[in-house]
Amino acid sequence: MKFAIQVNTSPYQSNAGHTAYQFINAALMQGHEVFRVFFYHDGVYHAFKYATPPDDELQFTAQWSELARRYQIDLVVCISAAQRRGLLCSDEAKRQGKQDDDLAEGFRISGLGQLVEATLEADRFIVFG
Amino acid sequence: MKSYLFVLRKPAHSGAHVQEMLDIILTTAAFDQKVSILLLDDGVFQLKNGQHPENIGMKDTAAIFNALEIYDVNDIYTEVESLQERGLKPGDLCLPVQEFYRKDIAGLMKRFDVIFAG
Repeated sequence: MKFAIQVNTSPYQSNAGHTAYQFINAALMQGHEVFRVFFYHDGVYHAFKYATPPDDELQFTAQWSELARRYQIDLVVCISAAQRRGLLCSDEAKRQGKQDDDLAEGFRISGLGQLVEATLEADRFIVFG
Repeated sequence: MKSYLFVLRKPAHSGAHVQEMLDIILTTAAFDQKVSILLLDDGVFQLKNGQHPENIGMKDTAAIFNALEIYDVNDIYTEVESLQERGLKPGDLCLPVQEFYRKDIAGLMKRFDVIFAG
């Protein structure tokens, strides 16, 4: 089955993002496909490259990057939600006359159309948070 | 084409939440999908008449709901109990809504391909 996933909460606001991560791993292990993970609302905080939690805590952002690298999962961050919260990739920062480069490896920034497309392509769409 | 039901449960002006949900709703409608909205729990306050969000520096999200008609979003559902528990009547809302009893909400949801929790 083909899944589309949306993550709406930040790593330290709720467990929903990590639950999504575990769900995706379980789905992949059982041979399902994950078409796209879309980060919206405070979910965009999962994509901050410079998040530096203590070594003995879960490394949320690094886990997503590793997931994207290992399974070629499409991790998309909503551009308007990201810009509201100060998450800018280097291209967008340059365009805005800023110097940020905040987006972690494996994520890409795009628009809400990518979310609608994911819900159209997928057999099941699941919202976390 | 798929049919979408956006289930809105949070009150108006709870941060940027309502505005960001409306962005998804408008984008989905702009993709020519069939879009409906269900207001549950505190979500019924999103359409409450007589809001003055400018007093707290928030955007007038109720006005954006009025623009939904342009995008062919005409079906707005709400739950009878959610209104009653908050002392509201359909006439207190700024758009016409179709009321469903709590026992019938699950049946309503079954009519749609995609349920968007918000």
